[in-house]
Amino acid sequence: MLNRRELLVLCGVWAAAGFPVGGLLKPAHAGPGDAKKRIAELTGGVEPQKGRIDITLPKVTDQGRFVPIRVSVDSPMTESDHVRAIHIVAERNPTPEVASFRLSAANGKAQVSTRIRMLQTQVIIVAAEMSDGSVYLAKGRSKITGGAGGCG
Amino acid sequence: MDRRLHIKVPPRAGKGEIVRVMTKLNHPMESGWRRRQSGEIVPKELINEFVCELDGKEVFRAELDSGTAGNPYLSFYIRVQKSGMVRFTWRGEQGELYQGEAPIEVA
Repeated sequence: MLNRRELLVLCGVWAAAGFPVGGLLKPAHAGPGDAKKRIAELTGGVEPQKGRIDITLPKVTDQGRFVPIRVSVDSPMTESDHVRAIHIVAERNPTPEVASFRLSAANGKAQVSTRIRMLQTQVIIVAAEMSDGSVYLAKGRSKITGGAGGCG
Repeated sequence: MDRRLHIKVPPRAGKGEIVRVMTKLNHPMESGWRRRQSGEIVPKELINEFVCELDGKEVFRAELDSGTAGNPYLSFYIRVQKSGMVRFTWRGEQGELYQGEAPIEVA
């Protein structure tokens, strides 16, 4: 087993040899591709449209482990026209899944607030499934300045 | 650990009114991303299902995953037509169950 001093020396040698040390220690993050795939999985592959969703996220926060998010969808929420589901996906967390909400006409208003983890500055994708089968998509971004990010 | 369930439902509402309800559960929501100092991964421990029922009828459901922050908090709206009981149920992956209910009176 290495002790601290030996490890530091080894890291120095490694860096001097031209290998990026940071690259080895970075956790494996999901990318925008994974997030897109996840959205397609959740919504059943329906081609998404833009608009109708309003996302409220803090512009900058130092608490990545605790980011408040509010999603509201422009919908009358009647029996014939309502939001069936809202999905939240994060692009650059180790796993993209955040949460899915199932709504119905009994809600009266398509607005949900919760708190999410954001390991680093990234884009949050929100998809809304309507009762007529259409899917809407919107993106929100928050800058994370806190050291440990969302490790909690 | 203190795993308290907090719920907030307005005691009175008008007929057909849309009211905001809030709930929070004190729970670590271990994401499975974190490592201990010794290097091993802290095992995943999540609350992955939330259901809100109004008089026994499901009105809202949430499926939560690693990206939800610890001490999960939810706030949403329900439309009330008559007096009844609003019940909140949180279920964990390992079969934990946390339940709370509050009455709402319609004038």
